[in-house]
This record gives sequence, C-alpha cells and structure tokens, in this order.
Amino acid sequence: MIDVQERPAPGPAEAPAWRHKDLLDTDVLSRADIDLVMETADAMLEVRSRPVAKVATLRGATVVTLFYEQSTRTRASFEVAAKAMGADVVNLTASGSSVVKGESLVDTVRTLEAIGADLLVMRHDRSGAPYLAAKNTKAGVINGGDGTHAHPTQALLDLFTMRRHLGALDGKKVVIVGDVLHSRVARSNVWSLLAAGANVTLCGPATLLPRTLASAGGEEGRVALTADLDRALVDADVVMALRIQKERQATGLIPSLREYINGYQVNATRLARAKPGALVMHPGPMNEGIEISPEAAHGLASVIEEQVANGVAVRMAVLYLMATARTK
Amino acid sequence: MTGELLLGPDEIARTMRRLAHEIVENNHGTDGLVIVGLLTRGHPLALRLGRLIREFEGVEVPVGSLDIGLYRDDVSRRGQPTPLRPSSIPADIDGATVVLVDDVLFTGRSIRAALDALLDFGRPARVRLATLIDRGHRELPIRPDFVGKNIPTALVQEVQVTLKETDGEDAVYVLNAEAAND
Amino acid sequence: MTDLLISGGRVIDPANGLDAQLDVLLRDGRVSAVGKSLFASDSVRYDVTGCIVTPGFVDLHAHLREPGFEQKGTIATETLAALRGGFTTICAMPNTVPAPDSAPVVKALLERIGADARVRVFPIGAVTRGRDGKALANLAEAAGAGCVAFSDDGSPVADGQLMRNALTLLGSLGLPLSEHSDDPVLNAGGVMNEGRVSERLGLAGQPAAAEVTAIARNLALAEATGGRLHVAHITTARGLELVAEAKARGLAVTCEVTPSHLFLTEDAVFGPGPAPAYDTNAKINPPLRTEADRQALIRGLNEGIIDAIATDHAPHAREDKLCEFDYAAPGIACFETAAGTLLTQVARGELDLVRVIAALTAQPARAWKLDARVAGLGTLSPGAPGDIVILDPAMEWTVDTRTFATKGKNTPLQGTSLTGGVRAVIMGGVVAHEVEVAHD
Repeated sequence: MIDVQERPAPGPAEAPAWRHKDLLDTDVLSRADIDLVMETADAMLEVRSRPVAKVATLRGATVVTLFYEQSTRTRASFEVAAKAMGADVVNLTASGSSVVKGESLVDTVRTLEAIGADLLVMRHDRSGAPYLAAKNTKAGVINGGDGTHAHPTQALLDLFTMRRHLGALDGKKVVIVGDVLHSRVARSNVWSLLAAGANVTLCGPATLLPRTLASAGGEEGRVALTADLDRALVDADVVMALRIQKERQATGLIPSLREYINGYQVNATRLARAKPGALVMHPGPMNEGIEISPEAAHGLASVIEEQVANGVAVRMAVLYLMATARTK
Repeated sequence: MTGELLLGPDEIARTMRRLAHEIVENNHGTDGLVIVGLLTRGHPLALRLGRLIREFEGVEVPVGSLDIGLYRDDVSRRGQPTPLRPSSIPADIDGATVVLVDDVLFTGRSIRAALDALLDFGRPARVRLATLIDRGHRELPIRPDFVGKNIPTALVQEVQVTLKETDGEDAVYVLNAEAAND
Repeated sequence: MTDLLISGGRVIDPANGLDAQLDVLLRDGRVSAVGKSLFASDSVRYDVTGCIVTPGFVDLHAHLREPGFEQKGTIATETLAALRGGFTTICAMPNTVPAPDSAPVVKALLERIGADARVRVFPIGAVTRGRDGKALANLAEAAGAGCVAFSDDGSPVADGQLMRNALTLLGSLGLPLSEHSDDPVLNAGGVMNEGRVSERLGLAGQPAAAEVTAIARNLALAEATGGRLHVAHITTARGLELVAEAKARGLAVTCEVTPSHLFLTEDAVFGPGPAPAYDTNAKINPPLRTEADRQALIRGLNEGIIDAIATDHAPHAREDKLCEFDYAAPGIACFETAAGTLLTQVARGELDLVRVIAALTAQPARAWKLDARVAGLGTLSPGAPGDIVILDPAMEWTVDTRTFATKGKNTPLQGTSLTGGVRAVIMGGVVAHEVEVAHD
C-alpha cells in the first residue's frame, strides 16, 4: 500500500510577511499588509472576549508610550493593548520627562532605546516628528498621531470597524466631514481606504479642505472633495465626522461655530440622504451638538463606541506584528 | 522530488472512525465531552470526530477550534509573525473533558501551547490528546491518549497531512531529507 | 609676485562679450591681458585645457553667521567655503548679533573680516535697528562705514511705511535695498511651500501669494520713492512676472535667484522614497516651490530678467536641522554645490552657460555698483582683480558634506551626482584653491 510518487513540494503554510520596522502612516501599507492587520485584529478581538482577556505573547518586550501632546484615549488604548499582549509598558509624557528640560527628540529616543524599549508609541504635535524618531532608533516606532499629518492606528481601527459591518469595502463610499485639512485621521484614512478599495469623499468648509488631495485618488477619481455636505452624503455607506477644533474660529478659517453647525453637522436630517443604515463614525473625542448631533452620535447606526473597543484589538494586532517581525 | 504516501483517504476514514469510538469509550459515553481542534488541520479532524460521534451515538458533542499562535514559545525567534485566527470554544469548558485534536504530534511544543491557550478559556476536569499521526521525537513530557497511526521517522524527514477541507485531498505523506531541505 | 598665464581654456567674460579659447595673463595680482596665444617671459603657465575660465563669482547674498552664531559658521570657515565654490566676492547678510545697524558695529565687523576672510567681503547693513522691523537703522552712518546695501533678510520689512522710508533714504544714498519679499501674516506658521506636498505632509504652508503680494507692494513703493529695490531670492513665477513688467517700464529694480530654487522643488522635502522624509535640509525660506515655478525661474535666467544668481548660503549647526521639521532652522549651505548644480543644469540643457556666468559675475557687480568700488569687478577687463574661476564642465562628482569647508553640512543634495564643478580658484593672481585630479 505504500507507493512512491512525484508530488509538488508542500509550500510553507501561507506565511504572512510584515516588512515594516515602523508604522508611521498607512500610505506605505499594501492591501496584503492591511489584510494581515485586519485578520490579526480579528483574532485579537476574540482574545478580548475570553474569560482571561490577556496573553503572554509579548512577555519580555518593552513598549514605551512617548506623548508630546495630551491624549487620554489613544495612550490608554495602546497601554491596554500592550498589557493584554503581556508586554511591559512605560508611559512618558513631555511634561513629566526631560523633554521639558530641553532634551532633543533624537536624544530622548536614543535614551529610550538604550534602556531597552522595543517599540515606541509616539504622539507629537508636530507633523513628521515620528519619522525623525524612527530614523534615529532601532526600536520600532508606531505613530500615535503626529501634528496634522497622520494617525495610522486610528485609520486601521476605522477600517476594521467598517469591515466588520460592511464586509469588503470595494466600491463602498466613505464620506469624511469636517476640518479635513488639519486632520491626521482623515489623511491616514484616505490611504487605507484607497488600499482597501473604497471611494472617499472629503467634505468641509472650503477653507478646511486640502485642495490637492483629490489627486491621491488617481484618474478614476476615487477621492472627491466638496463643500456641499448634502450632495456628499448621497449613497454614502459610511459617514465619519471629524472633531472641529474651536481655535479654527479664532484664526478665521470658519466664521462661527453656528455657521459650521448649519453647514456641516452630521445629524439625522442629513443622514437621511445617505444609504439606509449607513454607519456613523467619529474618531473622538466628540463635541456633541457641534460636528455631530447627540442623536446621530448615539443612534442605531452609530458605531462610535465600537470604534473604541476595536481600537484595542487593532493596536494589539499592530504591536504583535511589529514585535514579532523585528525580533532578533 | 519524492514523497511516500503512507495513508490514503480510505485508511484515514477508517482511522478516524476508530478514534471516535475510542474517545467515547474512554469517556464512558459523551457526557461532558468537548472536542477542540488545533488550527489549521486539527480543526477539520475535530469536526469529523464530532460528526462520527453523532453518527454512532446520536449525540451532538460541542466542537471548537483553537489557535495557538499567541502561545508559541518561538514567537520572538521566528523573525516573522505567525498568522493568527480567532479561536472558537463553543461550550463552557469548566469541568468538561476536553479532547485536543491535532494532525501530527511531533515535539509536543504545539500541544504545550494549546494547553496554555485552552486554560485561558476555563478549567476543564481533564484534557485528553488525540492525534492522527504520532511521528515521535518529543521534546516535552507530552503523551497522546488516542493515536491514529504511529510513524517512526527520522528527524530530517517531514510528515505532511493533507485534508479535503484544507488541501483538497485526504492523504499522509512522509517527505525525505532532500525534499525537506529544498 | 609671479605672473600667471592661464592658457588653453574657454574664456567666458560676459562684460566684454568674450567666449572663446583664449589665454589670460595675470600680472601683479590683476588682469593684464586676455588674448590668443599670449606669451610673457617669467610667467608661470597654468594649463587649463578643457576648462572654462571666468571672472571670480560675485555673491550678493550669503550668511557668514559671525558675530553671534559661530557654532553655525565663522568668517574664516565660510569664506573658505566661498573660495572653494568660486565666490571670490561675497556680500554678508546682516542677521548677526549684533546686527550691523550702526557705524561701530560695521567697523568691528570689517576688522574681523580683514583678519579672517579668505575672499573679498562686503557687509550688508540692517534696514531696521537690531533687525526688529520697528525703527530704521542708522542707514547713512552704516553706509559711510562700508555697507554696500541694506536688508533685513530672514525677515521682510513688513511695515509698509517703514519700507517706504527706507527706500526713500537709501535711494538718496544710491544704495540698493535687498528685500526678502514676503508677507508674514499670509505665511503665519508656514514651513514650506503651500500646495500638494504641504497638504500631503500636514505641514503649514507658505503660499506663493505671500511673496507675490509683497513683491507687488515693494515695486509700488520703489516706483513711488525712486528707491533701488533688489528682490532677494525670488521663487515664484508670478513674482518674476511682476519684476519683468517693472523692468520693462524702466524701474531701477534688480533681482536674484538661488541655485537651490533653480535646481530643486518642494518635492525635496518629501524626498525620493515612497514614505516621506520630512527633509529638514530642504527647508529654506523662502521655500522651494513647484516645478512650474522652477521652470519660470530657469526661463527668467535664460532670458536675462534675473540679474544675479546668489547663493543664500546659510550654514547651520547639526542640531539646528536634526529636529522636528517645524522647529528646524531654514537654510541651505550652498557655496560648495552652487557651481556643480548650475553646470549640471547647463549639461542638461536647462540653463544657458553664458547667462549663468553673467549672473554670477558682471551682472551682480553692476546691479549693486560694486564695480564702482572695485574697478573691473566681475570682469576680465585689464586692471580687474586677478580673481578667476576655472570650471571643469566634465567633472563628475558626488556631493559629500564631509568634504565641505563650511561648518554647515545642511544640504538636501548630499549624495547627489553632479556634472561639472570648480577645478581651481585664483584669488588676487594666486592659485588659492585647486581640486586634485585623478589621472588614469
């Protein structure tokens, strides 16, 4: 009964490859990279649902959160994620560290590497700062939001949340409303949504629209810009409201909050123009009654709280992929 | 390159039927029995055992899947992440008799990881181990309770199980050294 | 002093309309004769076959950093860098501490220059006291002490009334006001050109309109006052059109462009890779603009609308650039790459060689009437200073900041391959710098 026959070599089991030392933005992620994050996050979401919602996989790894800008949710989300993976977490804020004594970012990052940081989660109020950090350390750097540039883990958790409700996003219409010009969330979402096959409409007052970003959508026009929210919402599968910074009023970019609310608040009346059941999202923290009405924020179509919960799973996935891909 | 076919579809089917009988017999019935297959190829085997037990005993035994990627002891040595999938344990395993199912038992490290993973879901009364193939070379003090076939192998050889559900055909091959080193 | 006979090169002397294979004889540190197959007994023959021979370059815009910022550069280090780049005459911008805004400060500066400088240095005086933009400096006093022009470079003279008065007073002195034409309100917070790249990188932009409106204002004030406006480092296509139009109407306006703005665009901030570089070495003020602007500057130079190529050489210390993009100091160390990028653009067919040489020599000397201070400056006329640049248009080299004489290693061109460069520089009739040539 034993016979010898020619057969093809059994290939290695579909080995996912993660080739990024750092996660600074979604713009360099391929569709396969994004799928890998999403599939890994699926597994992490299941871990979070267990009686013991914690694993020891990253035991021995040190994750440092280095925050040069106030943030409760992102920092807490990363800390919970890292601890749920068994990593040691050290939290540093600019006000409580040598940064206030004038130490340069590069020196700070090198010091953290020297004391054993494997992964550095960084939030900074200046665009591009994590790129400087990444260039000057062997530690993996995760951008937790830089200035008005990028917020890749937010974009990935947004995508994860959309996929759990809508499945594949090919051809889906995502409308992002608000101060797009100054939004790191919007920018990173554009890249990940394009990679995932969605079409993006960016909507806001003309002073707050990045006029050249439409070219990112290529010749098929997959990124549209408009100042007309009612038109933007037609056939939308997802409506994401962005936080409006009140100081935009002081610099004259918007005449008044009232005028902003009249034109751009995401509310029930406006949502009626979107597809029935279109998801309502917000990266938080919300100004309820300004960029989003309370009914829309807490309505049946709102997945805003789910975004927060998914954020932990997606950050666990990112930490896992980066920590395991970079080890010696 | 050459591979040696050890078991074909019929032998595998016969072996699975025997394993199903042994599991029920050892448990004195189906009470408190939960079958959990390791991803990837232990899970379809666990589902087959579940179907066979229903066929023989007329009882639906809960069948789950377990991903051990997060529990491997070489996570930080591989240089690349192991792919992860969600585990699915459909029943409360506190006080249950859990039968872990895998396709090939080799060093025992996967089963060590599976035990850690399983215990994050609860505290079973006992855990048993079923494997389609035991190829030897244990590195940990782990012993199977139900074995489909013992296949003595050299360390340099590789045992490849393919299943209809995952690979399109039911077969067990032994690949020789040159093949494994390709 | 031994006479030097520079022979075998292609002599380009735009002031005298020369572009031919000629010899140049330097005697007693000055140009003695230019002609075919010259012979002079007792002279040392300097064979420059295959090279281009031009008057020493005249730079209307350089930052030497001394006094006040010696960690970035000193008169000694930066004038050596100038020499190596072929710039034998440079005008030093007044953004130092103290700023040259009165006779004593200018005199002290000239003493330091006399002691340390390797090339001819003319000081530029501050327009406002301490460059604070609020009150005029002692312009006539500083001019009397030796300032050849005035500028608050680094900052514009934002106050229109102050600008009008400065142009009026300097006009009566016959001196140019070199203005960093920009609108600080429109630019508020901006760190690079406003447009495609700034929106991509989430960086605050400096709109082209800020330069254009400032140039428009300054042209109107120059016309109203009869002042001599020099538009420093022009970067925008529209701004250049305004200057061209003013020139066409006979206004006494001149302008300059930097080699950086001729060679690079805003894309240098993003860098060559798929991920952004946020290259602080490409941060410069006014910023690198779009390709359309760059093309307009190239046309402006080739058509003779732009008077001068000025380096805006701006050395910085390592830590000034090794920081967040928003916090990085603007400026590029340009002396030692200027000839290389310009000749590379000549080799590409983008720039006209004779126009480039004219904009590096006779035109800047004439624009600020420096040739009235040093007879024949920027030319090879008999009696002109024996300052000569030998350019090798075929030299293939790669920018390596480790070889720079300047303290500033801040250039986005590190690692860039260039075609053409400085082979030798003669200062006052003496070979002061020479590049070793590897012979096979």
